Amino acid sequence: MTDMKVNVGGLAMATPVTTASGTFGYGTEYLGAVDYAKLGAVTVKGIRAEAWPGNPMPRHAIVPGGIVNAIGLQGTGLARFLGTTVPWYKKQVGEKAPPLIVNIWGGSVEEYADVARQLTAAQNPLIGAIEMNVSCPNVKAGGHTFGQDPAVLKEVVSAVRAATTLPLIVKLAPNVPSIMPYVRACEEGGADALALINTIPAMVIDVERRRPVLANVTGGLSGRAVHPVAVKLVYDAHKATQLPILAMGGVYEAKDAIEFLLAGATAVAVGSATFTNPGAIAEVHDGIAAYCERHGFASVRDLTGALDV
Amino acid sequence: MLDETCKVLEHIDIGAGYRYLVVAAPQMAAAMEPGQFVHVRVPSLEASAVRRPFSVFNAEDGKVTVLYKAVGRGTRALNQVAVGDELKIMGPLGHGFPKKCKGTALLVGGGFGVAPLYFLARRFAALETPPKMVLFVGGRTQADLLALDKFAAIPNLEVRTATNDGSAGVQGLVTVPLDEALTALKEAGAPFELFACGPDPMLKAVAERACAAKMPGWISMDRHMICGVGACYACVQKTVRGYSRCCIEGPVFRAEDLIFD
Repeated sequence: MTDMKVNVGGLAMATPVTTASGTFGYGTEYLGAVDYAKLGAVTVKGIRAEAWPGNPMPRHAIVPGGIVNAIGLQGTGLARFLGTTVPWYKKQVGEKAPPLIVNIWGGSVEEYADVARQLTAAQNPLIGAIEMNVSCPNVKAGGHTFGQDPAVLKEVVSAVRAATTLPLIVKLAPNVPSIMPYVRACEEGGADALALINTIPAMVIDVERRRPVLANVTGGLSGRAVHPVAVKLVYDAHKATQLPILAMGGVYEAKDAIEFLLAGATAVAVGSATFTNPGAIAEVHDGIAAYCERHGFASVRDLTGALDV
Repeated sequence: MLDETCKVLEHIDIGAGYRYLVVAAPQMAAAMEPGQFVHVRVPSLEASAVRRPFSVFNAEDGKVTVLYKAVGRGTRALNQVAVGDELKIMGPLGHGFPKKCKGTALLVGGGFGVAPLYFLARRFAALETPPKMVLFVGGRTQADLLALDKFAAIPNLEVRTATNDGSAGVQGLVTVPLDEALTALKEAGAPFELFACGPDPMLKAVAERACAAKMPGWISMDRHMICGVGACYACVQKTVRGYSRCCIEGPVFRAEDLIFD
């Protein structure tokens, strides 16, 4: 039996597998189709102080190798999340519910810090960590601006750090010339871990109508196509930092997750794959365990960065 | 909600690109309500595509039937599925039609939008006191008027058709015979409810009529979906409550809640 326990910046996970924010709602939507015992944590959809309406339709386009989406962070506000969503998650999933990684975003440094402060003050044992979204490509001033300038990134990470004792994961954008300054900004700001990658800015055009397919004009690409891009960024980031890395981007099967772990990730998130196959979560988990047994790794932790370059 | 591997029992071509797909799904069939849908993982699309949602045409005797037209990449791939193949299917999904109807049930369908109306009509006909039902079905041409033979077998149900080219029924939109019936019901002061599934302009027309008559209208929205379970927020429809997810708050909405752009 492989030891599957990992620790992501203070968040103890029973398995190295979580869900990618935005692909798993608020943790209960896939009940009946997902085995929660395979999940070390459940990462929920982004929340901010108040509920947010999201973007007009159409919000997505299917492309070879993935999905381009511009949902626009439609989601519940903090009060409802704490008062209704988390208790509902606990009730529906039961006593063995994995801890939640709460993805947060805001329109200002103060809003990020305020949401983090209130999440912490709630002292709900199910809230295991905060994942800061500073890299959503689909909302103006909705995080992306914070993730495109290392100085601004350090400021917002520092503010959230000061507001919370929860493990703090910062989810970074892939579309930067070098990930190094952003990794450094997270370290200096006091982050406990990094999440890589968010979707890659993308666009699809309906040539017959000569119009963008998405109402938001542009969106973010997820799915199999982004996987090698994400592996490279995880590899780069791991070389540059001791911070644990939560990796996501095109994990459809165990092999994809193992690539991430070998490149330096401590844990992985399954995202778009769940849309086609909710069983992907269990398949990835079981495949990692089988790989460890086959290759003589007693613990999944031994895979992190175990790359022979 | 279940995610089951279901064997294809029948895959019947009824012409003009329309087909019935019948799968074995005992638990799902037993739990299914009219207006709910299934989310089908289409083989040979695995690498990139997402599942495809289909309204349920019928669910009984351990079998779930959908009625579809091969129009896009997903449905053209589904077209290749053979009897005996296995499909991964999630369901029952979404909120469907109400279980009862006060007054006459006016069912309005366009194209394969008649699918959930057939299931609904079957259930209404099986009620202890079945409502009088009228099905208004429209299409571009006669070949788009689907399942009329099956509707004909339902008691208490009258069918009125309309085609754009006049090849069957009244020439014009389905609202032509619908408006005649609405006028008669209003003059008689008789209660009715509207149940609709089809293209957006038709749904908008039906919703407007339900609201104008201050009678219940139940509108089933057809949207491209990703997750089908409420997790991704891709398939939203503008409503009085903001953007509502067609896969979970819908696909059936109250007419007065919908906002059409």
